[in-house]
Amino acid sequence: MTTQTVLAAAGSVPGGEAVTFWILAPLALIGAIGMVAARNAVHSALMLVLTMLCLGVFYVVQAGPFIGLVQIIVYTGAIMMLFLFVLMLVGRGASDSVIETLRGQRVAALVLGVGFAGLVGTGMYRALAGSTAAGLAQANAEGNVQGVARLLFTKYVLAFELTSALLITAAVGAMVLAHIERRREDRMDQAATMRARFRPGNYPGPKPGPGVFATSSSVATPARLPDGRLAEQSTPEILPVRELTAEDTTLKGTEK
Amino acid sequence: MTFLAQEPTLADFGRDPWWLVLIKIVFAFAFGLLATLLGVWFERRVVGRMAVRPGPNQLGPFGLLQTLADGMKMAFKEDILPRSADKVVYFFAPVISVVCAVTALSVMPFGPMVSIFGHQTPLQVTDVSVAVLLVLACSSMAVYGVVLAGWASGSTYPLLGGLRSSAQLISYEVALGLSVVAVFMLSGTMSTSGIVAAQGERPQLEFFGLDVAAPGWYAILLFPSFVIFFIAIVGETNRAPFDLPEAESELVAGFMTEYSSLKFALIMLSEYVAMVTMSAFTVTLFLGGWRAPWPITSFWDGANSGWWPMLWFFGKVLLLVFVFVWLRGTLPRLRYDQFMRLGWKVLLPLNLVWILVLAGWLKTQGWERADRLILYGAIAGVVLIVTLFWPNRQPAPKPTLAEEVNNRPPGSFPLPPLDLQVPPSPRTQRIVAEREPANLADTDSREV
Repeated sequence: MTTQTVLAAAGSVPGGEAVTFWILAPLALIGAIGMVAARNAVHSALMLVLTMLCLGVFYVVQAGPFIGLVQIIVYTGAIMMLFLFVLMLVGRGASDSVIETLRGQRVAALVLGVGFAGLVGTGMYRALAGSTAAGLAQANAEGNVQGVARLLFTKYVLAFELTSALLITAAVGAMVLAHIERRREDRMDQAATMRARFRPGNYPGPKPGPGVFATSSSVATPARLPDGRLAEQSTPEILPVRELTAEDTTLKGTEK
Repeated sequence: MTFLAQEPTLADFGRDPWWLVLIKIVFAFAFGLLATLLGVWFERRVVGRMAVRPGPNQLGPFGLLQTLADGMKMAFKEDILPRSADKVVYFFAPVISVVCAVTALSVMPFGPMVSIFGHQTPLQVTDVSVAVLLVLACSSMAVYGVVLAGWASGSTYPLLGGLRSSAQLISYEVALGLSVVAVFMLSGTMSTSGIVAAQGERPQLEFFGLDVAAPGWYAILLFPSFVIFFIAIVGETNRAPFDLPEAESELVAGFMTEYSSLKFALIMLSEYVAMVTMSAFTVTLFLGGWRAPWPITSFWDGANSGWWPMLWFFGKVLLLVFVFVWLRGTLPRLRYDQFMRLGWKVLLPLNLVWILVLAGWLKTQGWERADRLILYGAIAGVVLIVTLFWPNRQPAPKPTLAEEVNNRPPGSFPLPPLDLQVPPSPRTQRIVAEREPANLADTDSREV
């Protein structure tokens, strides 16, 4: 750790770091491209996992072991796992359709993406080429974890707490929106159900079936009571009451 | 003291020649494999003994070679690839599991500084300043093995097992990570060798004016964390009573239903290696690592130096593996909702409260004694008052039957009189009267 810090501060790239970079950087790029190109949503997510793992190792190699492992635990281990969870619930057959709805959008996206990457890359290179890393030794003076902790809980404590409050609010909000909990007191037991059944105004017997004594056997046609009135209870509440006309009920000559 | 000079520090790592690194890596890997071979045998023997039967006892002395034979059999079986399987992912899932389980062994301290072929080196593959996080990262990546195995099999039971396991492992990782926080707070480091070194010191505690040298093991100092941690690793390694992802009575074999041959062997291997790794992790964090237990150190000063610590370490790991097996032989499997409720509603709040208490206690250590006592008293008083006056939801008194009848709104369904005496049915009497009296003299006593 300490030798690594010193070397990184001196601006030279040690051999091990260079080897790690040249092995993992292509893998990270393959993962990024594969994520966009993969047809299957789960494959796409796995490619993103690969890229995130490579990024985590890059952080570790660049003398930031804490942030690197947190990247792996939090992003790769927890967040991408939740993504996978949802994707698996959607079903394994869910793949992208190959039909292009906007003509030429793939080519346009490719050109614009490569152009943007080139622009940012050259800009960064021109700005940072020749500059040496400074301050790493001071930042990691009392250990990487301690350094991160000191900054997080002194200088940036407000931002840290605000972010955590935001996240907790979001989590509680999601829970309130998604969670249906039936409290034990609200649950109707057998006695309460019976009491509601024999409540005044409620007919305790079985409901008349639809279409009894009616002109049609449709579910939407209410039954008729013996005195000729319509039994409103016999049809589902969401269906409009429909009385067929004589024209509707005449034989159409289709049945043999 | 020569004793202290043998504690490895972070500076002692990364200085080994390449052949020594290779030896250490091969040793850790072989330890994982051997532990699996012996672990399966051990588990079957112990569970057998608990079920009052001998267990495997035919192959080799005490049946020791049984696992080897099973492994050979598995390797020569037909490897079946389901038609609906996702081939690449189906192949990679067991590999991910094994890699993650074995990688975590690399930061386990097996012992202190020893001399190997003239090199002073710690008995540990490597150590970094965030070694504990590395183990947590490995265990969180191991979820992918299980989940992808379930998904890639392309059938229903494995998918259900995979979904269960992803929810289970993520939930119990939270409890696991939080219980490690207490260890970090007390030891002040995240490196495994540092945590073991910190457990060698005996902190001076003050109990009502008495200075007591507390035991250094965090299992005693941080007992709540230890209990929660152990429950969480049982959930994390999919062991009974938390083996819901592979619940054989509900999901056939869960995520590994479709696996066969070597891939199945890999899954089995990863499960046992994970069990051993997690036991070693518990030993490192809470049970003093490679340090000799108390009665030995009291009469033998050399117990913590040289190669002896490896013996204590393996002994402790074996003890924990026995506890795993014991749990499996004793407890029935939990229902899924009970399991989730335990994780989120019991372990997590308990853990948070415990960390809060511990942080408060550590923070007030430097205070004047009177100030400290006033603070503790004030907190205890507030807690007492809150619990005393906590609004208790009293259930409304149940109305009597007469009240209920009187309170019915007009037009209710008619009730029969409540004091109605139902007369005995005349038909019942007639049946009794017409029945012939039993002739006791004729009954055969043997046929009764």
